[in-house]
Formats: sequence, structure tokens, C-alpha cells
Amino acid sequence: MTDEISVKRAKTVTPKIRRRRNNLIAYSFIAPNFIGFAVFTLVPIVMAVVLSFMKWNGSGVQPPRFVGLDNYAHLFRDRRFVEAFFNTIIYTAVTVPVTMIFALLLAVILNQKIFARNFFRTITFFPYVASLVAVAAVWNALFSPEKGPVNEMLRALGIANPPGWAVDPNWAMVTLIMFSVWKNMGYYMVMYLAGLQGISPDLYEAASLDGANSFQKFRYVTIPQLEATNFLVLVMLTIQCFKVYDIVLMITNAGPGTKTLVLVFHIYNVAFKQWDLGYAGAISMVLFLMVMIVTVLQFRGEKKTA
Amino acid sequence: MRKRKIRFGRILLYLVLILLALTMLLPFAWMISASLKLNKDVFTFPIEWIPKKPRWQNYLDIWTVIPLGRFILNTAKLTIIVTLLQLLTSSFAAYAFAKLDFKGKDALFLGYIGTIAVPWQAYMVPQFIMMRNVFHLNDTHLAIICLQAFSAFGVFLMKQFYSGVPDELCEAARIDGMSEYQIWWDIMLPLSRPALSTLTIFTFVATWNDFLGPLIYLTTTEKKTIQIGLRMFISQYSTEYGLIMAASVVVLIPVLAVFLSLQKYFVQGIATSGLKG
Repeated sequence: MTDEISVKRAKTVTPKIRRRRNNLIAYSFIAPNFIGFAVFTLVPIVMAVVLSFMKWNGSGVQPPRFVGLDNYAHLFRDRRFVEAFFNTIIYTAVTVPVTMIFALLLAVILNQKIFARNFFRTITFFPYVASLVAVAAVWNALFSPEKGPVNEMLRALGIANPPGWAVDPNWAMVTLIMFSVWKNMGYYMVMYLAGLQGISPDLYEAASLDGANSFQKFRYVTIPQLEATNFLVLVMLTIQCFKVYDIVLMITNAGPGTKTLVLVFHIYNVAFKQWDLGYAGAISMVLFLMVMIVTVLQFRGEKKTA
Repeated sequence: MRKRKIRFGRILLYLVLILLALTMLLPFAWMISASLKLNKDVFTFPIEWIPKKPRWQNYLDIWTVIPLGRFILNTAKLTIIVTLLQLLTSSFAAYAFAKLDFKGKDALFLGYIGTIAVPWQAYMVPQFIMMRNVFHLNDTHLAIICLQAFSAFGVFLMKQFYSGVPDELCEAARIDGMSEYQIWWDIMLPLSRPALSTLTIFTFVATWNDFLGPLIYLTTTEKKTIQIGLRMFISQYSTEYGLIMAASVVVLIPVLAVFLSLQKYFVQGIATSGLKG
């Protein structure tokens, strides 16, 4: 309170010159980060929008050509784009709830007082920070249709034709999703753990006094209290799934054929293999729009729960 | 009756835990086991968990088959530079947003936050074109550094922390005649060690594991980072399973070391970002 008054007084007494000087000092703090940020992030973002209305192959010799909405019209005729779009949606629609459920259950289990609790939390979280290339290499070896231990085990159990996993058109997406969930659930488990630890034990006590069993406590105390965390996890996961690329490249290479082609994969191919930069820009705008919609929904939702 | 229910619940709990441990650890155990075998022995079934004659030679071969040492050096160099730059510029800028008053502060900060939501994949193409055509920085480490070092997320994280530091501290320092720069260096920086640790870890892991960035920019083999290098190795020597596993183990060690020693900050970082203080 006193600070506000003293600052206000200082401001009215301070001449204009000092205010300008204060502004300059503040800008000097921001400058290093902001200049880098503006040049390497803001400018490309603006360019991305502009580029989507152009046709260009990226060469310094041949300039970009304005083509209006041609690129966007092409989206509908591009079979690969449509496939990539729906594959991304399917991938997201399955991965998000499955990951959330596993993450939540693990958080609940690992929030109890159990032996070596920290050990279990650590090993669940580790795949998230582990190098994707290394982990995918192991996964691919384990799930190799001919030689991998997983199928050998299945054959030993009497299953004559075990799935072809990453090379099987019917199982490729499943393999991708399994790997995603395994790798990422630890991260979201930690978020749920934080949320769980914020729930007051009094609520559980009150529920016990009312005669609630474990399931009822979970349903009527835990879940409602986790609304904010749940929402955040949902949004983060969804955006992460929209942006997927590395995992697809390592596990299925968008295959077999285009069975697991996703949006960013298509952007990469169109931009860096076909050098059709304008069109790549248009696809990028679709991705951007998808993420924006989810983000806006998040802000709205947060305002509701706040 | 209740006691039996509790015991049953406990047994179920421990079964689930065992299942969890197996699911999370078996792949890594298999990886280590395979890294010590000859290629032909890697896929023998039933699985020979501990090889009778561990082939330590694999761990020597990987350094010569591909320039693994160079890749690790490149990645380490990039990670350290990016992390340092991020820490410095983010905390520097965050101080202004948190503790100073200036024209356009709110609009600027909103702009920063807004871009966090924009997926990099949506503007990676024009960014590359700019880097290549304008700055001629394609196939350089400097390109990767420029991309990663100036993050909005870092500024956001540090600003959240600095906002929690009482204003009185800065006011007292100003009355003592300290310049804003001195305040930042002598007071704010040392205080923000937890936030800096969290930012360090996240930046370290993100840069070390970065794949798509180096994939797009680094074309000369000598300049490649460990993720790209390992991937190149796997596609070139796809049947050298023993070597691939050994290389993968080596790639995992630095992150494992950082993770185990700084676990606390990881968890804190995720938890606080979730609570949106």
C-alpha cells in the first residue's frame, strides 16, 4: 500500500525525462530476448500467413507469386491432406483419453503410501525425457513382426498370426498410439500428482464420515477437485497430438503407405521434398487454426472454472 | 471381513505396481541386454537376459562406425550455449516485465504469451527460408542456437517467479542507489535459483532431444547432433542390432544423469506450470 502511494508521488514529481529514461532502461532489459524472439519467431509467423497465399519454391532467383486462395482450394482436392487430417484427428481422439486415464490412475495409485513410491514415479516419468530415437529403436526391435520378443511371446502362447504392428495396415495406428501413451503418460501423471496433492484431506474425511467407499470418494471428491488439472492436461495433450511428427517418423514413417500420415508429416514433405512452400504454408495454417481453436476453448474454460 | 477386503486391495495394488515396473523397465532392460550381444543373438527366443559372453566390444565399435563422439560434442555444445543464452535473456527480460513499469508492457507480454500457443511446426518452413535465404545460416549450428535461445516460455516462467519476489526488496535497493542492472544481477538472479534450475532442465532436455530442428538445418554429417546421428546410424546399419542398442544406451546416459540428479526440479517445474500461479 505504502509502495503504491510512494510510487505515485514519485511519478508526479518526476519530470518527463526520467520517465523516458525508465522506459529506455526497461527496453534495454527486454531487448536481447525480444530482438531474437521477434526476428526468429514473430517474423516467421507473419511470413507463414503471407506465404499461404503465394506460390514459391524457395529459391532466391524465382520470386514468390501471389495466387490468392489457390493453395487453400487445393487442400480439398489433395487426397493426402485429407488423409493426414483425419489420421491426425483419429490419433488425437484415441491417444488423449487413453493417456489421460492412464496418467490419472497412475497418479492416484502413486499418491498412496506405498513402498518405493519415488522409484515407481521415476521409472514412469523417465521415458518422457529419454531420447526418442533411442527409445523408438528399442520399441521397434521389441515389436519387430518376425523376430521381436513380443511376437515370439505371442506365438509361444499359441497365437499363430500375431499382428504385424508397425508394418501392418490394421495395426500401425495402434502401435503408434501405444508408443505415445507409454512415452508421455509419465509427464501427465506428474501434473495429476500435483493436482491430487492440492486436494484437502478434510474433503476425504468428510466423505468417509458420510460412509463413502473408495470408489465413491474417487468419483465425488477426487474427480470434481481435479477439474482444473484435467482441463489443462486435456488441452496440452490435444495440442501435443496435433503437432506429432517425430514419433510417426520413427515408428511407422507414415506407413504402411499413408496409413499413419499426419499433418506435420505432410507439411514437411510438401515443403522440403516438393518445395511447394506456399501450399505447405496453407497446410500449416490449418494446423495453426486447429491449435488456436483448442487454445481459445482453454481460455474460455479456465475463466469458467476460475 | 473389512481386514480381508483391505488385504485384497493391497495385493491388487502391488500386482499393478509390478505390472507397471515391468512395462516401464523391460524395454530398457532388453536394450542393455541386447547391447552386449552379437547381432545374431539379439533376437534369440526365449530371451537370454544376461548374455553368457557379454560383448563389450560393441561399446568400443560404435565410436568408430559413426562419428558418435562428434555428435555428442555437437549436441553438448548446442545444449550448453542455448541453455545459457535462454537463462540470461529470459531472466533479463522477465525482470523488466515483473518489476519495472514501461510503455507497452502489457501488450508486449500478451504478445509473448500468445506465441507460446502457436505450434513451431506451423512456421518452421518460412523460418527455414528466412534462415537460408536471408541469413545464409542453413547447415550451421548458429541457426539452431538462434531458433532455440529466445523463447517466450522462458520469459513467462521467470516472470511468474519474479512476480512473487516482494517489491520492497527492489525498492530498498533503489533507495540505496543501485542501478536496475545491479539489482538484477546482485539480487534477482541469486534469488531465482529454483526457477533457473527448472528452466535449465527443461531447456537442456528439449535441446538435447531436439530432432526436427537439426533434421531440417544440419545436412553435413560432421555437424549433426546425436539424435539425427543415431537415426542416420540406424537407417544405414539397420541389421547391426547390437551396435544400435549400444549406441542408444550411450545416447540415453547424459539425460538419465541430469534427470536423476535434478529430478526434484523437473517435478516442481511441471507441477507449478500446471497450477498456473
